[in-house]
Formats: sequence, C-alpha cells, structure tokens
Amino acid sequence: MSATQTEAQPAGRPPLWRRLVGFNLLTAVLLGIGGYYLGWFAGHHIHAASLGFFADTDQNDVSLFLGYVLGVVGFLVGLGFANYPLSRLLGKPASLREKETEGVGRYFGLCTDHKVVGMQYFVGIGIFFFFAGLNAMLIRFELLRPEPNVWPAGNYLTLVGLHGTMMRGMMTSGILGPFANYLVPLMIGARRMAFPRIESLTFWLLMAAGVILTTTIFFGGFPTGWTGYQPLNDQAQAGMDSYIVFFALVGLSMMLLGLNMLATVITLRAPGLTWTRLPMFVWGVISTAVLMLLAAPVLIGVLSMAALDRTAQTSYFVASAGGSSYLFQNLFWVFGHPEVYILALPGFGIVLELLPVFARKPLWGYRLAVAGFLGVSLLSWTVWQHHIFVSGINSDLRPFYMLSTELISIPTGFTFLCAMGTLWRGRIRFTVPMLFCLGWVFNFLFGGLSGIFLSDVPSDVTSHGSFFSMAHFHYTIMGGLIFTFFAAIYYWLPKMTGLMLNELLGKVHFWMMFVAFNSTFAPLFALGFMGMPRRVVTYPSNLQALNVWVSASAFVLGLSMLVFLVNLVYSMLFARVPAPANPWGSKSLEFQLPSPVPVHNFDRIPVITGDPYGYGEDTTVIGAPALVPAGE
Amino acid sequence: MTRLGDFGRIAVIWLVTSTVGMVLVATVLAPHLPPGGASTEASGQRFDNEVLTLVSVPIVAMIVVYFGYVLIAFREREPSVLADGPPIRGHMRTQTIWIVVTTLTVLFLAAFGTYELLGGSGGGQGPNPAFVPAAQTTAAGVKREPLQVQVIGQQWQFTFRYPSFGGFETAQLVLPVDRQIELHVTSLDVIHSFWAYKLGVKADANPGVDNIAYVTPKHLGSFDLRCAELCGLFHGYMFDTGRVVSGADFAKWVAGQRAFMQPVLKYLPPFEHSYLPEPTIRGG
Repeated sequence: MSATQTEAQPAGRPPLWRRLVGFNLLTAVLLGIGGYYLGWFAGHHIHAASLGFFADTDQNDVSLFLGYVLGVVGFLVGLGFANYPLSRLLGKPASLREKETEGVGRYFGLCTDHKVVGMQYFVGIGIFFFFAGLNAMLIRFELLRPEPNVWPAGNYLTLVGLHGTMMRGMMTSGILGPFANYLVPLMIGARRMAFPRIESLTFWLLMAAGVILTTTIFFGGFPTGWTGYQPLNDQAQAGMDSYIVFFALVGLSMMLLGLNMLATVITLRAPGLTWTRLPMFVWGVISTAVLMLLAAPVLIGVLSMAALDRTAQTSYFVASAGGSSYLFQNLFWVFGHPEVYILALPGFGIVLELLPVFARKPLWGYRLAVAGFLGVSLLSWTVWQHHIFVSGINSDLRPFYMLSTELISIPTGFTFLCAMGTLWRGRIRFTVPMLFCLGWVFNFLFGGLSGIFLSDVPSDVTSHGSFFSMAHFHYTIMGGLIFTFFAAIYYWLPKMTGLMLNELLGKVHFWMMFVAFNSTFAPLFALGFMGMPRRVVTYPSNLQALNVWVSASAFVLGLSMLVFLVNLVYSMLFARVPAPANPWGSKSLEFQLPSPVPVHNFDRIPVITGDPYGYGEDTTVIGAPALVPAGE
Repeated sequence: MTRLGDFGRIAVIWLVTSTVGMVLVATVLAPHLPPGGASTEASGQRFDNEVLTLVSVPIVAMIVVYFGYVLIAFREREPSVLADGPPIRGHMRTQTIWIVVTTLTVLFLAAFGTYELLGGSGGGQGPNPAFVPAAQTTAAGVKREPLQVQVIGQQWQFTFRYPSFGGFETAQLVLPVDRQIELHVTSLDVIHSFWAYKLGVKADANPGVDNIAYVTPKHLGSFDLRCAELCGLFHGYMFDTGRVVSGADFAKWVAGQRAFMQPVLKYLPPFEHSYLPEPTIRGG
C-alpha cells in the first residue's frame, strides 16, 4: 500500500513530515500556543494589589491579555508574516509572492493569491457562521419555556453574547472577505490586490480572533452581549477579556481589509474602467470599505480603554472614579452604527449586480444607485445616538438624531427604485441567486420600515431594547446580509470552484430559508410590542405560545442551513458538474475568464469599453486587448 | 383593462390594497398597538405607532404589489433561449418624483416625531430634560409640582424612594392616578433600564446619573416593570409589578410605608439624585 503511494508521488517531492516543517498552519498553531503560555507566565509575574485575580480559572486579566496578544503574534510568525519584513531589514531579497502555486498546501498558510484568500475566507467564515448559528438554536431551546429550563442564567447570557458577537464580528467580513477579495481584482481587470500580504493578514487575524472568542467558554463566558456595555464589562469575569481581544482583532482585520480594497480599486483598475463603468458590487465594496477603514479604529480605541480599565485599573468608564458609562456607549456606537451598514451595503451591491443579469436588462439608474450607496455611507456617521435615546444622554439633540436616522431611508430607497426599474419589462429568470436577491427585497423592506419605528423617539420608548429591535436588526442583517451572502455563493461559487451547485437543492434551500426566516422573525415584532425584553432567560407566561412558534421556525431555519451544507458537499465532492465559463450569460468581466480562474487571472490586462450591464445593447465589456505589456 | 397598461394596473391594485390596508390598520389593529392608554405618555406612543404603521402600509403595498406584478408579467416565458430585455437605463422624471416623494415623507415623519416628542414621551432624558410636559394645575388654577419618585436600579432589583415623604426606600412601586410623576432613575452598579411597559416609560439607570422621565398614569391597576438593559447574571429575573392607585389609597400606602420604614431610615444615605460607592482601588 505504502509502496504504491510512494511511487505515485512525483519525483523529487519530499516526504510528508518534511513538508509539514515550514511556515504553515501547523507551525502557526504551535507557536501560537507557545506565545499564549509565554504571555500567561509573564502575566502571573506582574503583581499589584489592585489586580483582579480570578481564582476559579487561575487567571488574572493581565496574564490573559498578554497570553492572547503574544499567542496571536506567535501564530502570525508561524504563518510567515514576519519573513518579509525581517528579510528586508536584513537587506536580503524577499519573495514578492507567497505560495502562488497549485495544490492544497497553499490554503493552509500565508498565500498572496487573492483567489486563495477568498476561498480561505469562505471556508473560515463559514465555520464560524455555523457555530454562531448553532448558538442561536441553543438560545431558542431555552426560550421554549417561560421559566429557565435548559441553561443556567450565566450560560444563557454567554450563548447570547457568543451568538451576537461572533455573527457581528465574523460576518462583518462575510461578503468582503470571500467575495470582494476573490472578485474585485477580476472585476476591475487586475492580477492581484494592492497589498497581497495584508490581504492574507486580514484573514488570519480574523481566524485567530474567532478562536480567541471561542475560548471564552473556558474562562466563564461573558455576560454583556455583543455590545459589551460598561460598567458591566469592567465587572465581568475573565471571559470578558476574550471578547475585548476578539473585537479589537476583528477591528484591525476590518480596517486593513477596507484599506486594501480602497487602494486596489483606486489604483489597479484596468485601462478604460472609469468610475461610471465600475460594477455595482465594486461600488458596494467601496462604500463599505470607507466605513471599515474609518469606523474600526474607534472600536479598537474604545476596547483598548476597556482593556486598560480591566488591567491597569484606569477608570475611563467607572463613574465612582470620575469616568462615564456614556463614553463607552457613544464610542461603541460611533463604530457600531457604521458597522451595521458595513453589514448591509455589500448586500445592496450584490442585489444591484445580479438583478440586471437575471432580468436581462441594463441596471436602471446607475448614478442614482451609486449616489444611494455613498449617501448611506456618509449618513451612517450621523445617527449613532438613536441607539441610546432613552439612556439619559443630553436630550436636546434627539430631534437631530431622529431626522438624520430617517434621512437614511432616502438613499436606501434609491436601491429599491433601481431594483424596481431594472426589473421593469425585463425577461426575468428565477435562478437560485435571483430568488435570494428577491428575498432581500422583501426582507429589507420590513427591516427598513421597522427601523422607522425605532428612529421615532416616542415610538422607540416602546420598542427600544425589546424583541422588536431584535427582530428589526435580524430582518436587516440576516434578511439583508445573509440572503445576499447566499445569492453570492450560488452565483459566484461556480466561477470560484469550477463546479456547479445543485439547482434543485438550492431552490429547496431558498424556500425553506425564506419561509422559516419570516416565520421566525415576524412574530418577534409582535413579541417586542407585547413587552418582551431582549436577552432574558425568563419571560411572562402569556408569551409562551408565540415563543414556541418562533423556536420551531428557528429550528426549520437551522435545518435549511443544513440543506445548503448538503448541497455544498454533494455538489463539490460527489456530483462535480463542471461549470461553464459563463453559466449565467453575464456580461461582467469575471465571467469572461475560464472556470476556475487561472492563477494570474488575465493573460493580458483587458481594456474596458463599457459598463458590465449592456444587456440588449450591442456592446461588450472588453475591447481590444491592451497593447501595453501587462505588468504587475 | 387593456387600455390601462402595466403601470396603470399596478397603480390601481396599489390604491385598492393600500386603502383597504390603511382602513384595516386604523380600525382593527390600531386599538391593540402598544403600549395602550394607561398613561398620557403611553397614549402618545400608541398614537406614534399607529401613524407609523399607517404610513408603512402604502409603502409595503407599493413594493409588494410592484414586485408581485412585475415578477409575473415580465417573467421569461422561454427560458431555453437567452434573450435580452429592452435596454432602458433610467428615467429622469421617475427618479425626480421618487426623490421628492421620499424626501417629503421623511421630513414629515421627522417633524411629526419631533412634535410628539415635545410632551416628554416617557423616555429618559437625563438630568436636564429638554422636553418637559405641561405642568398640572389644581382646580384653583395653582401650578402643581410633579411628584418625585426615585427609581434605583441595582443587581438585580429596583427599589424606590419617595423624597417628598421623608425619602423612605421601598421595594414596591405605587403611584397615584392622574398625578404627574417625575421619575428619577439611577443605578448603584451597572446600567439597567427601567421599563414600565404599560405606562410607556423607559429610562436607563446609569451609575452616577440622574435620568429623568415623566409619566402621568391614567388608569387604576397594576403594571409590569422590567429591566430592559442587559445587567448581568440575573437580568432575566429583574422584573416586578407596580400599582397605580387612587390619591386617597396612595396617601394611605405612603403613611403605612413611612411608619414601617421609619426604623431603618436612619441607615439610608440622605436622599440624593445619584449615589456612588467610594472610589476603591482605582488609580484614576
């Protein structure tokens, strides 16, 4: 058996153990664990009377923070992120490309091929998405009965926090990570991202962050939910530290991702790709990337202050020593509201990108759509205090925040109008990606309209902090982001993998998910209106019937995700139907390339002669190949 | 019907559905909208919820009718042939009308919300409320100061102090009917949120902060109060029941509580708008 295997290997290939030595995931994990214990050890040797020490976990906050930070450093060194700067420092020529080859090994390390990073994101984020979704199922188990029945109160809060934090943190890059990294260079006619190493760094930072957040269960979990409000944050046990490190790392990853996207789109567009010919998906990415780049530093800053409060005993947020709990709320939502548009805007881009393809018509109102994206991006900075309308913050600015919040529905409406115009007199084809886009229209309609109830101050007094607001943001984020996330998967995965996904299973997935989603979250509006607050382990018994209905629907929603998983495994591993280069008849640039896309994308950098929406027109997106040599 | 065209048909269906929808909302749904009419503030919020639902109906109807119609009328009838639709890239007049209509709607909603907010709206407004409801007057026309009640959130229980009656502290919330109440919400530890659902009051309790909310109960009876901001382990258990009673019953209850609490009153800190523990181990 082993003899035949050895013979089957190409000549000159080193044995397996030799291939495992080097800068790869295995080394990274080992160095990460080493780094953690180094930090832990150092942290235990810092003594101060004021340091909180958690006897039940044998930790103090300093040792945990140091452990996490040094663990991440070790992890990144193990992946090879230090090689390039070190060799430049030592004056040695450094490799400009890492692992830009064929083969499976490139997926388990630092790879500068944007297509590999896209696939890494897809799988990595997918794992955490399913884990966070599972937490939601466990939450719904608890809420089957009005009195506590499955989880102790503390575990329940940790589940709520893990679900929210992981979804918010990991799915922030849910579309920009897999799809923008993979597709933006293809859509703008480039061979790479502007900063390929940073691109890989954003992914591995996110994975390290995800693991760190999961370790909270070893340190008692955290009680604050995804918002991490002070001073509960300061009071909480050691599990809180992993929340802080997680979100700060996510912020770092997000900021670098946004920076990289902006630099790529600004500098690496192919000749002829003017701003008015840019695909809508790229516009969605740009408007998101601006928010990521500018909002994430605020998050990192506020979490650093929280970390100092927990370790160095500063008192940014401790009222009894001169701090303020409002400082955290304000800074958190200065990040937090742009954050929700970071989640929503890529979805807008996907919807407007896909509708022309399946309506077989040009995008209706291109400039209006772009104005809509940029308008949402800009306005999202002016609205954050609507999250704290009843907090007791100075009340005379309330009409302003009410106005600015409601103004956002104007640019959001542009997206709806352009979608409506695009379908008008089209020849609409109900493919799976199209169904998910239409699902977005329906869900986001209710998500957006329920937002008006929360922006209206008197109405918000009823709905704030209740299941109504929870239903609202699930309609916008799950109904908006996750539906378009699946639209993107069904639409672009054939291009990314060269294999088609099964259409029947895809349709079953859509209808199950669409019906179960609405059946889960629509009753939550009613529950909120009936007075059920968020994040409670008990509730009044007259609300049980609706809660049981919601839980049952949520389990079906969970099952629909399994249908997708079955489809993915079946189509990728068993059916293996090869995808044509252009399965949807799209005029977009990425579909003019073979499936799967070759390592260097374009043999010659194309010259762009029009926008990718010339359906019914006698135009093509690519003109004559450029005569200039296609340089890096 | 043929003379109507696609657009005309959509318009007719939309007019019919939104009229029916708005009538149904105004007659059937509106009386059940939260938080009901147990206080002046609750009625105001219910009215806001009603107006917003009414405004939403034609919007929902428009999108749903439009997409429903278009998806049926313009579906591809021969999917085997990849044929393109007409290359329409926009329509300036439609865009202008859309922008004007959405802007007007939004400005109306913001103006309406601001107008409704002027009366106080039951939300916590911090130590210096900008939107104070009109003061009550007695039969003789004398201005009546609102009754102050302090709500103190702590893990995981609300307690209440009545400064006008010697500042006793009790775990029961009893309010007189038809009397303007000035709630002073504060916390001893983390952030809580005092939510009296039926009375239409929600105000966060922050340590070191006096968060003022106004409410005028209109009906006798009990009401639920809950913590609406995640405050740690037993957040889910932080609920209680309050009562709205007549003025005479309130006076009787106050007298009883004062007598009952008198022996422990001297152990309480003097009444203040917020209470802070001593700075303990902090450097800053």
